[in-house]
Amino acid sequence: MSSPMPSHVSSATSLWHKHWLLERNSMLLLLAIVIVIAIGGLVEVVPLFYLRSTIETVSGMRPYTPLELLGRNIYVREGCYLCHSQMVRPLRDEVERYGHYSLAAESEYDHPFQWGSERTGPDLARVGGKYSDAWHRDHLRNPRSVVPGSIMPAFRWLFMTDLDYSHIAQHLRVQALLGVPYTKEMIAHALADVRAQDTSDVSGAAALAKRYPKALSRDFAGIPGRITEADALIAYLQMLGTLVDFKLYNDKANIR
Amino acid sequence: MAQARGQVKYMTFGEGGLTIAFSALALLSIVVAAKAYTPGYAFHAYLFAAASVAAVFAIVNRYFERSDKPVPLVIDGKPNYNMGPVKLATVLSVFWGIAAFAVGLWIALELAYPAFNFNIPYIEFGRMRSLHTSAAIFAFGGNILIATSFYVVQRTSRARLAGDLAPWFVVLGYNLFVVIAGTGYLLGITQAKEYAEPEWYADLWLTIVWVTYLLVYLGTIMRRTEPHIYVANWFYLAFIVTIAVLHLGNNPAVPVSIFSPKSYIVWSGVQDAMVQWWYGHNAVGFFLTAGFLGMMYYFIPKRAERPVYSYRLSIIHFWALIFLYIWAGPHHLHYTALPDWTQTLGMTFSVMLWMPSWGGMINGLMTLSGAWDKLRTDPVLRMMVLAVAFYGMSTFEGPVMSIKAVNSLSHYTNWTIGHVHSGTLGWVGFISFGAIYCLVPWLWNRPLYSLRLVGWHFWISTVGIIVYIASMWVGGILQGLMWRAYTNLGFLEYSFVETVQAMHPFYVIRAIGGGLYLIGALVMAYNVWRTVYPRERLVPAVGLAPAA
Repeated sequence: MSSPMPSHVSSATSLWHKHWLLERNSMLLLLAIVIVIAIGGLVEVVPLFYLRSTIETVSGMRPYTPLELLGRNIYVREGCYLCHSQMVRPLRDEVERYGHYSLAAESEYDHPFQWGSERTGPDLARVGGKYSDAWHRDHLRNPRSVVPGSIMPAFRWLFMTDLDYSHIAQHLRVQALLGVPYTKEMIAHALADVRAQDTSDVSGAAALAKRYPKALSRDFAGIPGRITEADALIAYLQMLGTLVDFKLYNDKANIR
Repeated sequence: MAQARGQVKYMTFGEGGLTIAFSALALLSIVVAAKAYTPGYAFHAYLFAAASVAAVFAIVNRYFERSDKPVPLVIDGKPNYNMGPVKLATVLSVFWGIAAFAVGLWIALELAYPAFNFNIPYIEFGRMRSLHTSAAIFAFGGNILIATSFYVVQRTSRARLAGDLAPWFVVLGYNLFVVIAGTGYLLGITQAKEYAEPEWYADLWLTIVWVTYLLVYLGTIMRRTEPHIYVANWFYLAFIVTIAVLHLGNNPAVPVSIFSPKSYIVWSGVQDAMVQWWYGHNAVGFFLTAGFLGMMYYFIPKRAERPVYSYRLSIIHFWALIFLYIWAGPHHLHYTALPDWTQTLGMTFSVMLWMPSWGGMINGLMTLSGAWDKLRTDPVLRMMVLAVAFYGMSTFEGPVMSIKAVNSLSHYTNWTIGHVHSGTLGWVGFISFGAIYCLVPWLWNRPLYSLRLVGWHFWISTVGIIVYIASMWVGGILQGLMWRAYTNLGFLEYSFVETVQAMHPFYVIRAIGGGLYLIGALVMAYNVWRTVYPRERLVPAVGLAPAA
């Protein structure tokens, strides 16, 4: 099958004739393709990095505590984002069902973002504090024991597996490198902070809450003496959407 | 042997270089495996080591087997086509297709009946879902794209594939990536960016493979003895180069350690969301559309024995398509925390995208002018024409769903799943099956085992697609309406779990549709098997021996 010959071309100056150049020169064709596909992406992506209005000014945002970050990594590992969104849209029913619509600032430190694309299960952007730890434990062990009709898988292994937090300082260091405001102090205390947050060690918890305001410290999975993956995941779920105080938030100031 | 004839045989630069590179990779992998933070990562390191050792063995073995002269580019004035890698990729795409459809059926059943999760971490829905999408898009789709692009570029350039080991490296290396990615999800190794889930080391490996792919492809075009670059090659080239750009843009990450599978992506929050869907939508636009349009532009004219309908239309729709597609990403983020200006831009370009998409559809369908009667007699052509019809349908549905008002209802629902599957099962699947039914007889140089079985495949899978997408449309719209339903007292009418329960019958129907589609693919696999290994005395069966 040979390509159409220039019999279509009416005159040497027509645009169709110019296209003939690309059809006969692979490097020109490649270059033209790269230019054409670059434009849209550049226009849409690059301004998001320098337009200040992209991310609202809010108070209360802080990096995840080491335990929450590890919990988030379990959320990532189990593919929770494939069924649960973390993005409340400014629509009447969503705001009434889930709470204040999500702000860009609320995922500012999220590497990667977990906004999701499906709601096979409900949105989790503001699930923190909505249910008790005991509810989460039952729900993760057997979702249908607390929500009849749920189709969520059970995640029993999270309660049987000890959390691997030996490299947590490295995790924080990488995050700091990427711009998350983890201080040297936070990195130095990372290992101890994991333990402090999952026990009722009062002095450790107070120091943790000083570094990470509003951080909750308790035995999340209800298994004394052990730090399991379930502890980390529940700690993460219980803080979701709780950092920004929407009683004080002024959305008029952030109209975009 | 060569030495016996008194001639000295040298390793080529490629053979020597690759032997050294793979030996180094094997050593590095073993060190990493020994010090790996997690067993899953150690497993992957051992896989890399085993693959590297196998590669070294294969290269050295091939060196001793081959003659001392380089493979001739032309034999008796005809190009000496290199079809070995094409054959392997074709067979692998059949294999991965069945794997992808089977996993899809399994996770459909998990949604209908959660007991199918069996409390086993490795087959839990969240891990299996990535396996399904990656197996379908990258394993099935990727292999058939590599196979057809290597076939088409050789035939339309009338030149042998560039590179000696490089085409084999592309096919085998790509499939190593597929295995690493797929087993990684089951072991919980993912970076949680949809359709870009593989972790940093798999991404690095894919980058090497993909650049080689681009070089082989471009090198073959440069070798062409035809004056023109045929239109199918524009699409394949745009697909290969754009996927490279997207992959590099979406995946920069810093690993926690070289001994850890875990990395953190460089982008965060709203920027990460935008980069992700710039990638995600153009994985659809360039992997699942441009690449498969390349397939359409070769196999439909060839099978119908008619020229492409309009040369000018192909120019216009090619440039318009690749220009507009890139802008469409933000329609995945309507009403989110992404700034409004970006959302509106994304919506506008998504609606405009309807036009070049239908330009491609018209060009494909009208190529049958004067050959429509063949639809009655040739089920392979019928399959490819239905693929183009599905392409037209889902590229109309897409722009509709990208309109913000529609999207406020459709987003987060199963309507999206229905839309995606009308595109993938209908368009991508059927055009690929058509290409496989064309390619296998051409590659193995013998007639297809049974055209009647193609007819059965066509009907079983078509019914499957319709059952699938209809259930997801109805279910998805129901879901969206239930979420926003209010009682006359002004309260939300349904709790969330009531909307989950309402989906149950649709999930069951969807699984039936997916099951039918899988049965169709199994019929195809049988047909391909019997074509490659005929039981009759035709010709001695030729296996998948690497081409000399």
